[in-house]
Amino acid sequence: MFRDYSISKKLTWMNMLVSGAALLLACGAFIAYDVISIRDGMVYNLSMQAQIVGFNSTSALLFNDPHSAENTLSGLKAWPNIVSAGINTLDGRPFATYQRGQSSQAPAMPPILAGQVETYRFNRSEVVLVRRIVFQDKPTGIVYIQSDLEGLKVRVAQYLGVAVAVLATSLLAVLLISPVFRRAIAEPIVHLAWIARIVSRDKDYSVRAKRTGNRDELSVLVDDFNGMLSQIQERDTALQRAHDELEQRVEERTKELATTNKELEAFSYSVSHDLRAPLRSIDGFSQALLEDYSDKLDSAGRDHLERVRRAAQRMSVLIDDMLNLSRVNRSAMRREKLDLSAVAKSIAADLQEAEPGRLVEFVIESDLIAMGDSRLLRAAMENLLRNSWKYTSAHSQARIEFGKSQQNGKHPFFVRDDGAGFDPRYSDRLFGAFQRLHTAAEFPGTGVGLATVQRIIHRHGGEIWAEGAVEKGATFYFTL
Amino acid sequence: MDNKIILLVEDNPDDEALTLRALKKNNISNQVIVARDGSEALDYLFGTGQYSGRDANLTPQVVLLDLKLPKVEGLEVLRRMRANESTKLLPVVILTSSNEEQDRINGYDSGANSYVRKPVDFNQFIEAVRQLGLYWLILNEQPPARRS
Repeated sequence: MFRDYSISKKLTWMNMLVSGAALLLACGAFIAYDVISIRDGMVYNLSMQAQIVGFNSTSALLFNDPHSAENTLSGLKAWPNIVSAGINTLDGRPFATYQRGQSSQAPAMPPILAGQVETYRFNRSEVVLVRRIVFQDKPTGIVYIQSDLEGLKVRVAQYLGVAVAVLATSLLAVLLISPVFRRAIAEPIVHLAWIARIVSRDKDYSVRAKRTGNRDELSVLVDDFNGMLSQIQERDTALQRAHDELEQRVEERTKELATTNKELEAFSYSVSHDLRAPLRSIDGFSQALLEDYSDKLDSAGRDHLERVRRAAQRMSVLIDDMLNLSRVNRSAMRREKLDLSAVAKSIAADLQEAEPGRLVEFVIESDLIAMGDSRLLRAAMENLLRNSWKYTSAHSQARIEFGKSQQNGKHPFFVRDDGAGFDPRYSDRLFGAFQRLHTAAEFPGTGVGLATVQRIIHRHGGEIWAEGAVEKGATFYFTL
Repeated sequence: MDNKIILLVEDNPDDEALTLRALKKNNISNQVIVARDGSEALDYLFGTGQYSGRDANLTPQVVLLDLKLPKVEGLEVLRRMRANESTKLLPVVILTSSNEEQDRINGYDSGANSYVRKPVDFNQFIEAVRQLGLYWLILNEQPPARRS
């Protein structure tokens, strides 16, 4: 919990603890020293008193005069701390006693060891001094004096009182003075913490911490903190500027793109439209020539005109295909769920209806769903199925399949036929625009169909590839 | 059938010639009035300009309308036809080389009865004209004539 105190509080507590501990130690040391001094003093006094009493009682002992000894002993009345005293004979029998106050038994006396003249013992409430009385180097008796420790106790109490007072006063002083020092340390830190909180809460990088004007680590911290904030601010503005610039550029680019697209749209439209009109003329009047002047033309002439007509018609198809191809790129894509099986079936039905004479078996897997633009995908499917239809036209019977397979962990759709196929050596030319692997005499076509399909598939983010062999049919795989 | 007039609105002289040829090939011998731009077409239809004073009985059986016309655009001609009581019900077949979806939408939107694309292959064109003739001149019931 101490860990979570504020810095001010911590500092104050630390000050108080340190001061308090120092003071306690000091007071403790002084009191201990004093107690020892006092005790030594008491022992000294008792020793003196014992000597005097012993000396004055020697004759009483020698002449066996207890009464006299008691008189001497009663002189101890003058010291209120002396509780009892007594003289014993050498064999330990009480000779004379003195009691202050209530009579009590003789105190437990510590034995005097041989070689010692006196001994004393302190216990909780008294001290007893025992001394040998010696006359002309001969022990004649033992004197003991028992004193209470009231004086000591009072002194100790007084000292303790002083110590407590000093402690309290100094702690109070610490409490009163430490704010001054706190200000130097805690305040800048607290201020810094507050600024930091503002920054992180409001994301306002324009505030700055107040400088302290010192040269210590705190002011370095404050300066560096402010420096960091400035850096962040700079970075922010730079970022914002870059972002705005980028946005603007994107906007410009988008506008450019939209304009380009529109221009392209208009261009391709008018081009295709305007290119077709002359083609009609070419075809129409060639036909007119063929019909009206057939008698004036030999077979070569007729052949020339036929070629002219065919070329014009081919160009028309080319124009249409090119228009489709460019439209695929430009049209907006909408992704929705599409039942490819149904699309395939409907295209198959159309093909069958257009040429009912052909024997073609369609094997279409059901319920194949895909996500994509329905118009574009339908166009792609038409291209693929029409291709299959076209390239199986040389065979009397054909089989065209549409389904989903598994290859290398992918699940591509496929359109397969058993028609003319293609030479796999040239498979990389399959999807090139206007690239063909068969002549127009074998199979009509412009070579744009597969390029269109490829573009559609790529716009959906998928892949398309083909497998095939000459006269063994072809399979086109695509993913979406 | 002879008094059923066909109004052909076509600016391209080649196309005009080919259309007339196609009609002839199909033994359609109706009178064909040719207007070479939008304003000429409107003049004929409303009896104004160079056609002022024409016999009002001579309303066309069907109008073959091209879209790209000088002076007044094909769609504008169509709209004005539909806005005018005397020509509101007149059958109009848009005959154009454009296959753009937007043109088709606009054509039908402006009140065309039919939209036919002109093929490049002349034989196909002859066939298309045959079918148009068969339908509009023979099979289709003419809306009753209206006096303005």
